[in-house]
Amino acid sequence: MVKKRKSSVAKKKSEIVGSLKSFGTKVYDQLYSGYFPSINMPSRSTENINYDPHLRQFILGDKSVRRSARNIRHVKPFTQLVWAARFSHELASQRKTSTLRDVYYSAQAYEMTFKDQQESNNIITDLETVLGFSREDFNIFPEERSAVFGDLTIEYTVPGYEGRKLNLTSHPDGVMIGPALTSSEFVSTTADKVIAIEKGGLFTRFIEENVHKKFNAVLVLTAGQAPRATRHFIRRLHKEMDLPVHIFTDGDPWGMHIAMVIISGSANAAHLRELNTPDAKWSGVWASDIINYKLPTDPLDEVDIKRLYELQRDPRYQENPLWQKEIKKFLRIKRKAEQEAFSRYGLTYIVDEYLPAKLEETK
Amino acid sequence: MAQATFEEISASDFFYRNRDIAGFTNPSRAVFAAIRELVENSLDAAESLKIPPEIYVRLSFEGEVGKDTQIYKLRVGDNGSGIQPRFIPSAFGQILYGSKYKLKQMRGTFGLGGKMAVLYGQIMTHQPAKVTSSTGSTKIYSFKLMIDIQRNRPIILDRKVLVNKEQWRGTIVEFTLEGDYLRAKSKILEYFKQTAMVNPYANLTFVDPKGRLYKFTRVTTAMPDPPKETEPHPFGVDVELLQRLIQVTPYRNMLEFLKQHFHRVGDITAQKFLEFSHLSPSKNPKRLSHEEVVRLMQNLKKFKDFLPPDASCLSPLGEELLKAGILKELKPEYLVVNQRKPSTYAGHPFIIEMGIAYGGEIPKKGNFLIYRFANKIPLLYDEASDVSFRVINSLNWRRYKVSPDMPIAIVVHICSTKVPYKTVGKEFIADRPEVRREVANALREIGRQLHRFLSKREHVDREKRRLSIFAKYLPKIAQFSSHLAGKEKLPDVKKLIKSVQKYGEET
Repeated sequence: MVKKRKSSVAKKKSEIVGSLKSFGTKVYDQLYSGYFPSINMPSRSTENINYDPHLRQFILGDKSVRRSARNIRHVKPFTQLVWAARFSHELASQRKTSTLRDVYYSAQAYEMTFKDQQESNNIITDLETVLGFSREDFNIFPEERSAVFGDLTIEYTVPGYEGRKLNLTSHPDGVMIGPALTSSEFVSTTADKVIAIEKGGLFTRFIEENVHKKFNAVLVLTAGQAPRATRHFIRRLHKEMDLPVHIFTDGDPWGMHIAMVIISGSANAAHLRELNTPDAKWSGVWASDIINYKLPTDPLDEVDIKRLYELQRDPRYQENPLWQKEIKKFLRIKRKAEQEAFSRYGLTYIVDEYLPAKLEETK
Repeated sequence: MAQATFEEISASDFFYRNRDIAGFTNPSRAVFAAIRELVENSLDAAESLKIPPEIYVRLSFEGEVGKDTQIYKLRVGDNGSGIQPRFIPSAFGQILYGSKYKLKQMRGTFGLGGKMAVLYGQIMTHQPAKVTSSTGSTKIYSFKLMIDIQRNRPIILDRKVLVNKEQWRGTIVEFTLEGDYLRAKSKILEYFKQTAMVNPYANLTFVDPKGRLYKFTRVTTAMPDPPKETEPHPFGVDVELLQRLIQVTPYRNMLEFLKQHFHRVGDITAQKFLEFSHLSPSKNPKRLSHEEVVRLMQNLKKFKDFLPPDASCLSPLGEELLKAGILKELKPEYLVVNQRKPSTYAGHPFIIEMGIAYGGEIPKKGNFLIYRFANKIPLLYDEASDVSFRVINSLNWRRYKVSPDMPIAIVVHICSTKVPYKTVGKEFIADRPEVRREVANALREIGRQLHRFLSKREHVDREKRRLSIFAKYLPKIAQFSSHLAGKEKLPDVKKLIKSVQKYGEET
């Protein structure tokens, strides 16, 4: 069965260019009328970050901060913010991409030196907060390392490739989820699910073992904690192509949290929407799996245990009883296991036995 | 066992054997000491007539003696009062010549003046000194002198009388000595610079053995009133001085003796004192027994009703002249001076004058530069032992927003009829509570004013920085937002920048 896309990319692009322009106009108008320009934006301080059970992600509360060019301490960051908007506007309208590191250096051409990378990153986050779009939307990308493989046909929108189509099975290593892929339209797919995998080794194994065919799945490599572009990509697969999402990680608190950030987002991105996939499922490796499959394990160390207690209190982990159950189990057995632990039963065991069982269990 | 032998030595002999105490320790110190003794005599001579001093010093190379020692001819000339011809031989050829029964603020650190210098020169080079002087009369007298060291008497080798056509007045001393100019050079130049600082009305010229000319030019002809001679204050006398006074006094009763020889003792005070010490006013001072003299000295110190010493005999520089001198030699950005009211220690009046200079050409040394002066002469040695060094370093400077790594120079001048030197070397001031208090008070006063200056400047700087931030960023905001909004015309931000150009803190 071939699914047709519900396009979002082109519409979003014009929204972004429009919002950058209207931000600039607002500042311009204030200056033109002889006022010090100022803007209000939601506060990103910890006490203003709340978990919203309906959206199933962190959101910013009602507190807002005012940044005014009248204030000696604000005038520099304010200028940096307007510069960042101008820079993003140029990227978006010329359809060029850039990285946070680029931003840091590009500023110097305008005598807008940032003290350090952190300062310029903060300004980009400010711009995200003011406009409500993520930096990837302004074509500012982090270093990419995640990838996708499976029967999904996309159509590029980046200059020079407009209209070109690509089937994501065409490269046996998978295709990097970079700016070009992020900004492409989804055309069609025969897959009926997404399987997100934490580690590169297993991602390659799955491709070799034809998991995409056997289970009719699009495979996504998160390469550890999923970058925002990848989280957004997974969300689009879910929303636009109606694909359920299964996440496979290591059996430890860190793997668990990789799944959670894909599902419910992070506090750092509380000012942004549409990065999470609330209906995605964590399919393993659970503490229960460690017991049931008698997996070879390592003991939990102090940091792991501390992290488990933190997660136990985290509002995102209150949603589904599965989380609390598994956390308790980890704390009881005090062991952890990696995805590779299944190799004990032969290299294909994970694909032949474990995967079908878990997909069924978390359907 | 050898028999110990005792022999009498003359004052000249004594000083020759102990020339260290007069500063003639080694060849480099000697050439420095010789110059300073004669320059200070010359300054005093001009100042006594309230004439702006014009002093010419020339040191010329005469020959090698050893690796580190050369023979130099030193010539120091001035436009001072000149010396009466009959006093010239004794003034330069007899140690400790002169009256010591009166007190006067003087530069000469030892009262030896040039005598020690001449003595030193004679011993090392066997050359006579030449002294030429005129008081401005029709004649100039010129002597060639040596000192008979054993007998402490001048030997006149030659005496000339010249016609004073141009009504010249002053004194020129010329003699040869051994020294080490290369080592002494930096001290000598520092000495001239600092002397010029506290004598801004003097022209000092120095020609060194290489023929280099150093000129320190006056910036004013205003001069302080010359110091006046005064009798010793009763608090400040010792048995020795009492006995000498008794020897020379022409007065035959105690009442007159006290009134005539002591500072601020009048009829009533003298009578009260005699009653206090159970002495008859009509007693002849020459009849006092040794015990009575000792008791008299003790009572002079015990008696509470003597008036404090009068400082009008002193000749401080004054705030204006101190300012002029410091500005001229240090060229600071900011300067404040303070003259304390006269005070006394042990019966001697003294006045502290102080200045603090900031920035400009004053270097950053990581420590305050301290310039110390006593009776208008610089003290160049043993800084760390000086009372003002201690006071300066024990003050809590943070209270004045001052730290030692700032470019700051502190000038301390003490003038007194008897400068309270700690040691015979006479290079630093003793830590007497009265002096310490005055130094500390002066320092606090100028510290407060420097604090005000620094605070104000900091405020202005902060304001400038603040403005420059707005001036830097507002045009950029205008530029970037115009670009974003797609407008051609940049909004004018000059008015906005101007609107923050007022005093007042940001909230």
